[in-house]
Amino acid sequence: MGVQKTTLYDFHKNLGAKFVPFAGYEMPIQYRDGIVKEHINTRQSSGFFDVSHMGQLFLSKNKSLEECLEKIIPLDFKEIKINQSKYSFLINDKGGVIDDLIITRVEGGFNIILNAACKENDIKEIAKCLNSENKYELRNDLSLIALQGPKSETILESIFEGVSQLKFMNGGSFEFQGRKIYITRSGYTGEDGFEISVPNKNVENFTKLLSNEGAKPVGLGARDTLRLEAGLCLYGHELNQDINPIQANLKWAISKRRREEGGFKGWEKIKNDLQNGVSKIRVGIKPTGRIIAREGTKIFSSSGEEIGVITSGTFGPSVNSPVAMGYIKSKFSEINNKILLEVRGKKHEAVVSKLPFYKKSYVK
Amino acid sequence: MSEKKYSKKHEWVSLNGDSATVGISRHATEMLGDIVFVELPEKGKSLNKDDKAAVVESTKAASDVYTPVSGEILESNQPIVDDPSGVNKDPENNGWFFKIKIKNKSELDSLMNQSDYEKFVKENPN
Repeated sequence: MGVQKTTLYDFHKNLGAKFVPFAGYEMPIQYRDGIVKEHINTRQSSGFFDVSHMGQLFLSKNKSLEECLEKIIPLDFKEIKINQSKYSFLINDKGGVIDDLIITRVEGGFNIILNAACKENDIKEIAKCLNSENKYELRNDLSLIALQGPKSETILESIFEGVSQLKFMNGGSFEFQGRKIYITRSGYTGEDGFEISVPNKNVENFTKLLSNEGAKPVGLGARDTLRLEAGLCLYGHELNQDINPIQANLKWAISKRRREEGGFKGWEKIKNDLQNGVSKIRVGIKPTGRIIAREGTKIFSSSGEEIGVITSGTFGPSVNSPVAMGYIKSKFSEINNKILLEVRGKKHEAVVSKLPFYKKSYVK
Repeated sequence: MSEKKYSKKHEWVSLNGDSATVGISRHATEMLGDIVFVELPEKGKSLNKDDKAAVVESTKAASDVYTPVSGEILESNQPIVDDPSGVNKDPENNGWFFKIKIKNKSELDSLMNQSDYEKFVKENPN
C-alpha cells in the first residue's frame, strides 16, 4: 500500500499546505501562516485540523460487547452514559499501552477514535477479544475535522444550532446537507473545541464553511506544539507498548472500579505499580534558558546521575519558552526539582514542571 | 561590502575588508519555518570552511549552520539569540549570524553569486 491521502488533500494544497509523510499519510504540517501563527490563532480564535487519518471504528452493540471490551480497555463501561466520551487505552499483557483512544457510547454501540499509525493493529487486537457475534467497522467513508479554540463554539453554532449545549467530552447527532453527522466536544489542544465526523462526500463543503466563518487551517506542526503545551501524551513518544498508564501518570484514565477490581490485560503489573509506586514516571520539564531539548535528550540529576530521557520537546509559542515531557526516576519527579539536560554535549539547567504548561479552558 | 555569495547549504557571506559576515538565506528561513532558537559561536573560535558554526531551531527541528569560509570568529549577533524571530524577519541583513576574520579569500570563489544561487534553489527546492 502506497502513501495515502485524506479526502481534503487538494483542499489543503490550495491553502498552501506543506506536506509530510505521517503514519502512512501525506499530511499538512503547516500552511502559509506557519506553525507559530497557527498555534496562536488556535489559542486566541479558532483553527480547523484535518485528522481524517485517525481511525474511526464503530462497534455494534450486543449482549457481550461491553464485557469483551472491558478485558482490553480499563474503563467502567456501565458508567459511560449515552453520548459520553472517555479517554483510555488498549492494554497489552504487560500493562503496556497498545494505543490511546477516545471512546464514545452512541446509539447502537460505540465509536472509538484510534491513532493513524496504530489503527490496523488496534483492530486486530480488538477483534481477538470480541465474540463472533460482535460486529465492527472501520469507517473509511468518514472524515474527521477538529475545530479548536475559544471562537469555535460560535462558529459551529452558526452551522449547527444547539451544538453549544454540548458539554466537554459529550457528543450528539446533527444534520449537514441532509446527512446525519456526529459531533463531540473534545480535542487535543488544551482548548475548548469539537471533533466533527463528516462523510467524505461532504467534508470539503463543510470545511469551506468553517473557513468562511473565520476558522483558519492548522497543520500537524501546531497540533504538536498545542498538545505539548497542554501536557497531553502523543503515542509513540510518551506512550508505547513498554509503558503502562501508571508510569505515564494517567491513572485517572483507568476507571475507579477497574483500579480496584482489575479484570483487564496486564492487571498484575498495573496492580503492583498502583500499590508500590513506579520507578520512572512521566513529568513536564521546563528548560531554564531558551535551549530546546528534543526527543532522546538525556536527563541528569544536579549531581550528574543519569535519571531519564525526554520524549517530546519543542518551543511553546503561548508560554513563550521551551517545553518538554519525559520520563525520569520517580524520586527526582517532585515539581520544581532542578535537573540537567544534555544538548549537543553540554548540560543545561531545567526544572520539573507542573502540567499542563498552558492552562486549559474546557467547557464543563 | 562585497557582493553577497551563497553556499549550497544556504549560508550567505559578505566580505568587508578581512571581516566576512555570515547568515542564512531567505530561502533557508522559508524552509525552516518559525525560528525559535539560535546558538552562535563564541568570539575567538577558529573554524575551517564547512565546519559546524551555529545551530538554528524551528518548532519542528534543529539544524546546523556551517561556515562557508575558514577563519576566526570576531563577533556574534546577540539580538537574534534574544529574539530568534529576527532571523525570519530579515535573514539577509539584520538577521546575520556571525562575523569571521577570513583566512583565505579564494574560498569565496567556490561559492555562488545571487543569480546562480537562485537557479540552484529552483533546481533543488528541498
